[in-house]
Order: sequence, then C-alpha cells, then structure tokens
Amino acid sequence: MKLTSEEKEMLEGKQGNATKKSMEILVALGEIFGAERLIDVSSVQVAGVSYHNLGDAGLEFLQELAKDGKVRVTTTLNPAGMDLDNWENLGISKDFADKQKSVIDAFEKLGIVTTCTCTPYFVGNLPHFKEHIAWSESSAVAFSNSVIGAFTNKEGGPSALAAALTGKTPEYGLHLDENRQAQILVDVKTKVSGTRDFGALGYAIGKKIGAKIPLILGVKKANIEELKTFSASIATYGGTGLYHIRGITPNRTIKPKERVTITKEDIEKAKADLNDSTGTEIDLVAIGCPHCSIKELQYIAKLLNGKKVRKETWICVARPVKSIADRMGYTKTIEASGAKFACDTCMAVAPLKGRFKALATDSAKGCFYGRGSNAFKTKFCTMEECIEEAVK
Amino acid sequence: MMELKGRKICAGKAKAEAIVSEQGISFYGGVDPDTGVVVEKGHPLEGRSIAGKILVFPQGKGSTVGSYTMYRLKKNGKAPAAIINKECETIVAVGAIISGIPCVDKIDIAQIKGGSTIEVDADRGIVNIL
Repeated sequence: MKLTSEEKEMLEGKQGNATKKSMEILVALGEIFGAERLIDVSSVQVAGVSYHNLGDAGLEFLQELAKDGKVRVTTTLNPAGMDLDNWENLGISKDFADKQKSVIDAFEKLGIVTTCTCTPYFVGNLPHFKEHIAWSESSAVAFSNSVIGAFTNKEGGPSALAAALTGKTPEYGLHLDENRQAQILVDVKTKVSGTRDFGALGYAIGKKIGAKIPLILGVKKANIEELKTFSASIATYGGTGLYHIRGITPNRTIKPKERVTITKEDIEKAKADLNDSTGTEIDLVAIGCPHCSIKELQYIAKLLNGKKVRKETWICVARPVKSIADRMGYTKTIEASGAKFACDTCMAVAPLKGRFKALATDSAKGCFYGRGSNAFKTKFCTMEECIEEAVK
Repeated sequence: MMELKGRKICAGKAKAEAIVSEQGISFYGGVDPDTGVVVEKGHPLEGRSIAGKILVFPQGKGSTVGSYTMYRLKKNGKAPAAIINKECETIVAVGAIISGIPCVDKIDIAQIKGGSTIEVDADRGIVNIL
C-alpha cells in the first residue's frame, strides 16, 4: 500500500502512540484487503461501548489510547450497556455502572462526542451522499450506505477508533463504486407498511440472499422509520451493508440477472419465525431498536396517553432525541404511564439475561439479540400491539 | 527443519510448541480470556489452553469483539506466543496488533503438526518447523 509522507510519519510514531497503533491497524487491514491507499474519512461511529463486551482489558485499551490520542473527525458512540443517568431505575448494578462510566470517560478524553446511539444520523453525525465515513454499527452502516448514499465498510470497534484517531481508512470494499453494484434482484410481490412489515421484509430477504447486495423492486413507499428498521433487519439476518430500493434509495446500480421473489407468504413466515413466546408470559416490552425517532416518540405518547403499563416497558432512544420529547411534553405523558426511557442503551446491549423471560418488540433485530444475548422468548408486534401488550 | 514463507500481519518473534486447529476460532465466546482455555462447545481444541503456544488455525470467525478478547488474554498473560493463519481476517489481525502478538498468514498450515516446536519471525513472514 502506498502511504503519503504524513501517513508514514504517523506509522513511525512521530505523532504519538495512539496514532501509531491506529495506523498499524489501518495498514494491516489495507494489506489484507488489497487496498492501494488510505483515504480521508469525515465521520466515525464507534461500536464496542458496552462494558459487558469490553471487560477490564477493553477498558484498559481505551485508557491507554486516551493517554495521547485525539480524534480528528466527528465521532459518536454506539449504545452503552446502560442509561448513563437513569441506570438505577432500570435495575443496573453499581459495580457495572462504575465500570461503564469509566469506559465513557476514556472515550470522552479521546474527544469523542459521547452520544451513545445506533442512530447517529438523528443526533448530528450525518454524512452526505458519496461522503467517505467509517461506521461500525451494522444497522447504521446499512442505513448510511443505502438511504443516504455515504460510503462505509462495516468496521469493528478498534478499526473505527483507528479511523477516528487518524481521519483515514483503507480504500477497499464499499468505498469503491465497483463493489457497490447490486448482485441480486429482489422482486417484492406484496404490500409492506409499518415497522413490523419492514422488519419482516428485511428478515425474509436476508434469509434468502445472505450478504449479497440486493436491488429491491416493488416497494412503492417507505418512511425513515421503516427504512431504519429495514436496515437493521437485513443487516442482522442477511449481513449486507448496502441495499438498493428502486425509486427510494439514491445510489445508481446495474440490474443483476439473478432474481428472487418475496411473496405475502414469505412475510407471514418471517413474522411467525420471530414469534416463539406462546405459553410464556411477556414481562418486558421494548420499543426503539434502532433507537426511536421523534415521530415515533410522538406516536408512543399518543398511544400511552391516560393509560398505565402493567409490564416493564422500555422506550430506547438517543438522549438528544428524548430532549426534544421533553420539550414537547411527550416524555411526561410516556412516564406518567409508568413506561421508562432507556437512553444511551437498549434491550440488546444491556445486561438483562435472567431478569426477564419474554420480550415483546416491534423490532426484528431486537428479537435476534433478545434471543441470542439475553435468552428471551420473543413476540414480534406492531407498535400498537406493543403498547396493548404493555397495558394488558 | 522446514521453512514456510508467508506474510507479516503483526511484527515480532517467538519460539514455542504448536497447537493446531483445523477449524476457525472465535475468540469472543470461544476462548476464556482469564485462562486461555478454548471453551467453544464441540471445537477440536475444546478444553485445551492456547496460552504461551504458537496457535495455528485457518481463520478467525465470529464477533468483532473478539479483538478485545485477544487483548484481555495478553493482559492476563494467557495469550498465544504467536499466531499462524492460512488467511487472516479483520478480527484476528486487529486483535494481534492491539495486543502485540506476532502474527503471520498465507502459510500452508497443513504442514504444521500439533506438538512440534515452531519458530516464527513475523517481521520477515517466516515460519520454521524445527
């Protein structure tokens, strides 16, 4: 790989240890994936924030970097293992909270904006069409590549940090136009509407085509909330970091020859697959995977107005988005019902194993991590059904 | 003595006994970061420690958090002395670099037998079977 004289300096340690370590990571990845050079990135989103996943060694690694490292571009974080303010109310232990706070402190020292969210595009970390970025949260990667048309690979925690500390990433994979072309045509033969349908669609397509890049036909209309949940679902169940929907997403692509269809039956099967809670009482209702938009908070407030929840109910959201709800009075309405806000975190990354048996959610991705990380049974609902379940 | 030539992923030198897996390794969830013992159910190395050995396997797999697990192993003194891969991928490459574990890939690992003594010169991408 060809390096500029400045990049060579960084690699030799002339700009400090954190920069040197970061450059070593980027150069090694560039060599492995056959990149010819490094390119500048203007935005980074870092995963590997929950203390649950990092452990003490991960925390030490971040503290070591923070000794002389500073990010060079706008950088935000993925959700943490808890609400950084309201953790006690959500049943998180003090030991865990202390460790999680140390993790956040290290990130802050690195100059990272410590908004912990899987929806960085809602809180001011928003790239433009064809902008090169380095993001790591899989749903946000699919959203930014597909809906916005920015260019990013799916980074791991350390490689995203390395990009932030140098402002660079190796040029390979989805940074190159030729690798962003659709590989399979997906003809959707049924109407989809609402977050549950779009989650089911992501599941159905992901299961059929794996990590291939699809060009999806037959989806006439989609709002941001539907695209947000679709991005999460197709990335979770298929693995692609990029998709195209004709008439909706902005990237140009060739029309591939290979073709599959998605029928009403595929969507119904997806919904059935994500329901395995029959016979188990739902004891956790969670909405906001990926984190809620302000429009979703408005709607949840309307649904919960004057009602009382009888089950633990979490509304997962980025803190800055909740502050808009505070101002609009939605927070008051939602909290008056007994539902709780879980800012900075969500049901997928909080240490909840053993605390609950069965989860009701409108998120197909939430079902996957509820089952995998926390061993919950899951009930896959519409937003309205989630609220009905909560107040039942 | 046989010399195999590959590619440097992370610089460094080591000489130790080889432990060989024909299957990939997922460090996150697959290796106990406190003991260095492989805990993945049904894995050919299940129950065996990789600490201080030259760990030979085709390729990493699983969650990207695995890079941090490798770092935890190193901090706990339970990391392998070096890693030899057939094709290195992101998780192991990044894990080796942040932990300072010598690592080479593009090695014909079928030539290496478990229990034999191996010398790795990752700077030059060379593996010697002694």
